[in-house]
Amino acid sequence: MGETGNMPPRTLFEKVWDAHVVAAPEGQSALLYIDLHLVHEVTSPQAFDGLRANGRRLRQPLRTVATVDHNIPTTPRGLPITDPIAAKQIEALQKNCREFGVPFFDMDSPEQGIVHIIGPELGITLPGMTIVCGDSHTSTHGAFGSLAFGIGTSEVEHVLATQCLPQKKPKTMQIHVRGKLAEGVSAKDLALGIIGRIGTDGATGHVIEYAGDAVRALSVEGRMTLCNMSIEAGARAGLIAPDDTTFAYVGGRRFAPKGKDWADAVAYWRTLASDPGAQFDRVIEIDAAALAPFVTWGTNPGMVVAVNARIPELKSFAQEADRRAAEQALAYMGLDPGTPIETIAVDRVFIGSCTNSRIEDLRAAARVAKGQHVNPKVRAMVVPGSQAIKHAAEKEGLHRIFLDAGFEWRESGCSMCLGMNPDILQPGERCASTSNRNFEGRQGRGGRTHLVSPMMAAAAAIAGHFTDIRKWRFQ
Amino acid sequence: MRPFRKHAGNVVPLDKVNVDTDQIIPKQFLKRIERTGFGEFLFYDWRFAGDGKRITDFVLHHPRYAKSSILVAGKNFGCGSSREHAVWALADFGFRVVIASSFADIFANNSLKNGLLTVRLSEEQVAEITRRSKEIENYQLTVDLETLRVEDGRGFTATFAMDEFSRHCLLHGLDDIGLTLQHEAEIAAYEAKHPVRVEMKSILAR
Repeated sequence: MGETGNMPPRTLFEKVWDAHVVAAPEGQSALLYIDLHLVHEVTSPQAFDGLRANGRRLRQPLRTVATVDHNIPTTPRGLPITDPIAAKQIEALQKNCREFGVPFFDMDSPEQGIVHIIGPELGITLPGMTIVCGDSHTSTHGAFGSLAFGIGTSEVEHVLATQCLPQKKPKTMQIHVRGKLAEGVSAKDLALGIIGRIGTDGATGHVIEYAGDAVRALSVEGRMTLCNMSIEAGARAGLIAPDDTTFAYVGGRRFAPKGKDWADAVAYWRTLASDPGAQFDRVIEIDAAALAPFVTWGTNPGMVVAVNARIPELKSFAQEADRRAAEQALAYMGLDPGTPIETIAVDRVFIGSCTNSRIEDLRAAARVAKGQHVNPKVRAMVVPGSQAIKHAAEKEGLHRIFLDAGFEWRESGCSMCLGMNPDILQPGERCASTSNRNFEGRQGRGGRTHLVSPMMAAAAAIAGHFTDIRKWRFQ
Repeated sequence: MRPFRKHAGNVVPLDKVNVDTDQIIPKQFLKRIERTGFGEFLFYDWRFAGDGKRITDFVLHHPRYAKSSILVAGKNFGCGSSREHAVWALADFGFRVVIASSFADIFANNSLKNGLLTVRLSEEQVAEITRRSKEIENYQLTVDLETLRVEDGRGFTATFAMDEFSRHCLLHGLDDIGLTLQHEAEIAAYEAKHPVRVEMKSILAR
């Protein structure tokens, strides 16, 4: 297992792929075994119904893990869910998990959290796995060197019934980030910088492998942020080869391998790195030192500039369709070309989501917020990614820093990243958000989302407008 | 799954790039636990104002496009969220084909599972279809999956590519879970070599 022998050099992706091919029928897609299937309330009810309608069983309950995250409120847990349709969807998942024997972290469970946060946190996500979930940000788990990608509900049903997925082999892209990120420039900025460079469809049809000194230097949490945003560049998956940083993070977690199993696992995981000379279909070079804290100005994550820059002039777009898209985006955002980013005032700040709600994100934001006050015109909320993160942050006293500064401190969930629960923007409200999508209406109809890092979001909450974190006076 | 062989229908141009699935079906409609009935919420925020009134100048509301079953749009159609509800909404609204110069991967996969055909043509061909559908009343296209051809009977023809297996499944409306289960022996053999980890066996006992 994992030995290359006389095989041609292979990429990390190819090694993980090859290790999971169950069958490769002539003239058909390869049948890939799925090690872990994460399930949440929004994209699963129709899939469980499909099983029932066809009299099929759930093939591997112990390779399936469910939680509620998308539509649950972030108000204190004891309160009833006021949205009856949301409540019905949550009940459907509870019932389905009971009926099919799926391990389930319910709303009142100490393990509850955003599905892409709790997998790694509990040691359920490991290197070298195949992981799917009915959610596009499944790419997050690629940070461990797993092949992890989002699927639709029909595919959810397919995996429930067969623990396999027929897959066309994607192309490979290496994004090589040389050098070192400057102080104040985070994994989020790296992700936004890459998407700004290659576009929201720049990696469509590809699986990305992130490599280079700047990627190696990232913590596992930073790597998760980077891989999380792969889908915003069009890639279903983004991977980073596991290394000592990864093993130090995974080791000792609750459901991670123990004892001899751990030693064997690490030995295998070390073989997963791309071989010298392995070929990628495309290679992109990024200079980390050239990156700045970024702020999106439009309605997709590729519409992004450095915080100290201005919104682009329309004439700077070479393609007519892109120019028109920028014009429509700016009309929606209520902004003019040429506006300096630092002059844009915000009404709301959201620190949370599977992109940026882990403990390091909260520490970074708290460092900015410490001893400061949220601008009186701004409403700011912090939504930890999981109950475990919430408790860890409270143990460190981060919640006190946020509360003292005037931030709201809430229960865990997807919250205002997609506004399926009551946490939404009002029409015309402008939000500095650590989430992953600035699509029209994403955070609430008519809401205007600007994607930023946790430090940049905290700084915007205090200043009342976007401000360059590299010039911040920390208290 | 509903098979797809050949379809002739009216074309409606949605002349935008990067149409994301949040636009195709906004989040507030994802709480339903059925697969049906999503059509009325298709492109909701573009079709209806905040007070629920129809936005009459949105292209899907133009009377001349009322009976369209083929949508033509700009590059990177269906990007963003994996929500299959986007495909259910398009199909339930009456669309059988979407034509664009590129599609997001997950959207294209989801379409295949629901008998909605995604046709990739060049940017020039998409621009030509868009132009004709704006200029010609009741502009129709015929999309033939057996011959992989698109034509309008007015001189426009194009061919498109699709992998042979996906085409086969669509043509015959095959249940691909059934196909996978034909590999039961191989799946069982793989599972015998890769048992569930011992730590995961404790997960239910917590």
